[in-house]
Amino acid sequence: MKFGIIVFPGANCDRDVAYVTRDVLGQPTRMVWHEDSDLDDLDVVVVPGGFSYGDYLRCGAIARFSPAMQATVEHANRGKPVLGICNGFQILTEVGLLPGALMRNRDMRFICDRVPLRVERTNLLWTANYSTNQVITLPIAHGEGCYYADAATLAELETNNQVVFRYCGPDGAVDAKYNLNGSLGNIAGICNRQGNVLGLMPHPERASDTVLGGVDGLPLFQSLVQALVAA
Amino acid sequence: MPQYSARIYVTLRPSVLDPAGTAVQSGLAHMGYSNVGPVRIGKYIELTLEADSEDAASQQLDRMCDQLLANPVIENYRFELQTLATV
Repeated sequence: MKFGIIVFPGANCDRDVAYVTRDVLGQPTRMVWHEDSDLDDLDVVVVPGGFSYGDYLRCGAIARFSPAMQATVEHANRGKPVLGICNGFQILTEVGLLPGALMRNRDMRFICDRVPLRVERTNLLWTANYSTNQVITLPIAHGEGCYYADAATLAELETNNQVVFRYCGPDGAVDAKYNLNGSLGNIAGICNRQGNVLGLMPHPERASDTVLGGVDGLPLFQSLVQALVAA
Repeated sequence: MPQYSARIYVTLRPSVLDPAGTAVQSGLAHMGYSNVGPVRIGKYIELTLEADSEDAASQQLDRMCDQLLANPVIENYRFELQTLATV
């Protein structure tokens, strides 16, 4: 199974993802330059975190027009997995693969922390190795992670169970007081209707090796590898 | 081809919270302007373009705004066009 990780000018989590897919999981991994538009050899495309093109205008606004992102849309439309982490999540909403938008955190602060998240759904190729309502801890590092969508879109997300991760308390309670960036519905990560596109603000790749102080992100990558190997 | 100047205003949709605007309102209150109501911060963009006609320029600007300059999920936009020169 082959991973491709898109490298934009300003991406800074691309090599962290490659460390997990290539070194921890032993899967072939290719770095994809943003001007590259041929992704046919890839099974999974990862849009990593960082500050693509300086995040000028809006986070992810310029990146969506890159040849690699246009090819990523085609990849997703063929039903193949696409994972967007942090800035990658922002780019996936800008390009229209996921609904809504990520806005400035409610309290205007860049938040760098480890936070509890509740896994809302485990019948996805991303989350099969978690248990339903499991509370996991992942690092976050963002200034624009406040999830927004209009009321109709939000209702649709809930109806179709597209919310995959929510900010919660240590015991899994989803409450306004655990909503650190102001996201509607405490949303930390969502998938598309088909489930092959996942976007999340937290960083699973920074919690996939014990040396980093946590491994709660590793089951996400393991779930994916197992699902694709079995397919 | 005629040349036009465009002034583009991108504003947050009314339903969207603006924490930066709230912070500025509070700053103004600290200056003594407690009479200031809600503050909303947007973007102002200037550009020039060549187009066959004002209509053509206007249509192109709509596409630019819908696809890049504004995010329709969270923002509205409007623009003013001015003819610079007809060559």
